[in-house]
Amino acid sequence: MAYQLVGYAVFLPLAGFLFNGLLGRALKSEKLVGWIGSATVGAGFVIACMIFFQMLGSPPGERSHIVAVFPWITAGSLSVGFSYQVDQLSVLMMLIVTGVGFLIHVYSIGYMHGDRGFWRFFTYMNLFIFAMLNLVMADNFLLLFLGWEGVGLCSYLLIGFWYEKKFEKGTTADAAKKAFIVNRVGDFGFLIGMFLIFETFGSLSFQSVFAQASMLPTGSSVIFWVTLALFFGATGKSAQIPLFVWLPDAMAGPTPVSALIHAATMVTAGVYMVARCSILFVLAPATMEIVAIVGAVTALFAASIGLVQNDIKKVLAYSTISQLGYMFLGLGVGAFAAGVFHVLTHAFFKALLFLASGAVIHALHEEQDIRKMGGLREHLPVTYRTFLIGAIAIAGIPPLAGFFSKDEILWRAFSSGHWALWLVGFAGAGLTAFYMFRLVSLTFDGERRWRADAHPHEASATMTVPLIILAMLSVIGGFVGIPASLGGGNSIEHWLEPVFERANDKLTLLPHSVEPAEYILMGLSVAIALGGIMLARSWYLRRKEIPERIEAQKPAWYMVLLNKYYVDEIYDAAIVTPTIKGSEVLLWKIIDVRVIDWLVNAVAKALAAVSRAARLVQTGVAQNYVFVFLLGVVAVLGWLIAK
Amino acid sequence: MTISLHSYLGLSAILFAIGVAGVLTRRNVIVVFMCIELMLNSVNLTLIAYSAFLGEITGQVLVFFVMAVAAAEAAVGLAIVIALFRNRQTVNIDEINILKW
Repeated sequence: MAYQLVGYAVFLPLAGFLFNGLLGRALKSEKLVGWIGSATVGAGFVIACMIFFQMLGSPPGERSHIVAVFPWITAGSLSVGFSYQVDQLSVLMMLIVTGVGFLIHVYSIGYMHGDRGFWRFFTYMNLFIFAMLNLVMADNFLLLFLGWEGVGLCSYLLIGFWYEKKFEKGTTADAAKKAFIVNRVGDFGFLIGMFLIFETFGSLSFQSVFAQASMLPTGSSVIFWVTLALFFGATGKSAQIPLFVWLPDAMAGPTPVSALIHAATMVTAGVYMVARCSILFVLAPATMEIVAIVGAVTALFAASIGLVQNDIKKVLAYSTISQLGYMFLGLGVGAFAAGVFHVLTHAFFKALLFLASGAVIHALHEEQDIRKMGGLREHLPVTYRTFLIGAIAIAGIPPLAGFFSKDEILWRAFSSGHWALWLVGFAGAGLTAFYMFRLVSLTFDGERRWRADAHPHEASATMTVPLIILAMLSVIGGFVGIPASLGGGNSIEHWLEPVFERANDKLTLLPHSVEPAEYILMGLSVAIALGGIMLARSWYLRRKEIPERIEAQKPAWYMVLLNKYYVDEIYDAAIVTPTIKGSEVLLWKIIDVRVIDWLVNAVAKALAAVSRAARLVQTGVAQNYVFVFLLGVVAVLGWLIAK
Repeated sequence: MTISLHSYLGLSAILFAIGVAGVLTRRNVIVVFMCIELMLNSVNLTLIAYSAFLGEITGQVLVFFVMAVAAAEAAVGLAIVIALFRNRQTVNIDEINILKW
């Protein structure tokens, strides 16, 4: 029974975390630390594959299992354990987390070579994998929340990994703090949702909650609030409007961290959670609309910021936010399988893009500004080719992975009647192609703009092999979801069908008919992607005077985009500054100093005054004490006799 | 003729009162100490008297304990008095009053 091994897959990274955390510093061997860190994740991947193949071999009705490892909390009617739900959705997430995670661990052996915190890096990474696996495998909300918080902690630790390094206005530690605090805001929503679920259903286990929920009528107000609170949690973790501001700053961390945590896995936790709770969300059509609108708006909004950023990782960060927006758009229109499919393909090509950008940054000695790159294609041939594959995949050119998943989402948005959202997503697709090829052109093509003493050269095999594997996956990854209209079986949708069965029953889905509109939309989105690519190539390679003129003239729209719609500034003015000022003036100088301190001091002063009088009783003469003692004895005796 | 229980108790009460008065009024630590012994012995007398009156051995046994404790207490107490005298050249209880506010 391969299912029973799931506990090992989850706890092996924890063992790696303990080993590297306790002994890593003393070992002084990068090889041992790095390969143990990678091997624990690799073992998890092997187990995930075994479970996957066993699942493939069993009939669809018998694929879902619950594996209880040990009980955790039992109090009254609440009973929560380290129990893992092994089903089609969670095994898919497990494959992504351990598979991509393993490749990134191997890549990190090369990337982090020579860093004085090498062992610390692998310790945090293993802890992250442990938390992430708990998140995706949990069979109850509380264990999911444990993983949810765990990945948040690891994200914080890894963003601030080089905690003394300057980043923008402060240090990377400030960026880490920002990520953690913004995530806490979202986590608050998740907690409220979880409390409401326990209040309503009297249980936290998925099985029991979802079974009870499927009996409820559509549109009840409690479900609306539950799903809204959960979705608010998802906007924090998955960097959607209004809580996306932390993700661009999270690029302060080492690049493998950006690839693993802030692109491929952790930020998709919100998508996974909404997909897992699909039955709850379909019961609240109002929330579904909110999810779809937030997703679509985020997709376009972040893509437009990505157009003008000059930091290679910042562009990719906004691209990640935008792609997460597409996933939520898919979930919001009821295309849960399509959303999860995009999680899969995005994990491949975005991890690839980040790792390749890491190789570029590495080759140019920590240079991240694309204005100081250019002409790197001869120097970094492997990186160039893999980056190019990733860029084509994300731009949505068939037959690479991104095309199938993004097109499925857009088609489902359109076919469910959300043509306005489709238009927003469609425009976002064009922007995506444009900013990706702006990035490719400025980084790898054109004239050299880097310092003459940089001598960029291709990285070692530990870095290039993961790039090549991810590039292959970005090419073929989409083939699991070829839609019927292109003669495919859309096997991923069928694979995930039992998981979303209850939700799909509630949705009035259109029958799977092939319509001419689907081909038209497909053609349109390929056309806009090609258009975006051509425009970017022509602007940044041949007609450079156009972007240069825009940069020089600084039109209002350009400044708005360059400053990211001033969202950080607005949050600073509306929330951060009032909080700091309010804390300083009201909470500190008035409530703390004048009220709490005054009270504490007043109590102490009153006690001192009373004591000053009372201590005169202590004369120091033994006979006085004896006399008082005697009086006491007489009084007690008198009382006893009188009674 | 037998001596009644009342007589024993009366004597014991008188002895105890003398002891208390001594502890409260005398200045010499040695005398205070002796008065404490007097109180202890008055209690012993009560115990013995009741033991005989009730035909019960427990009281007499207890007296041995009290005597043993009193002996130990005398040893410790006198040692303290000697140590005190060496330090302060006095055994006057009024002058030994530094343990105050």
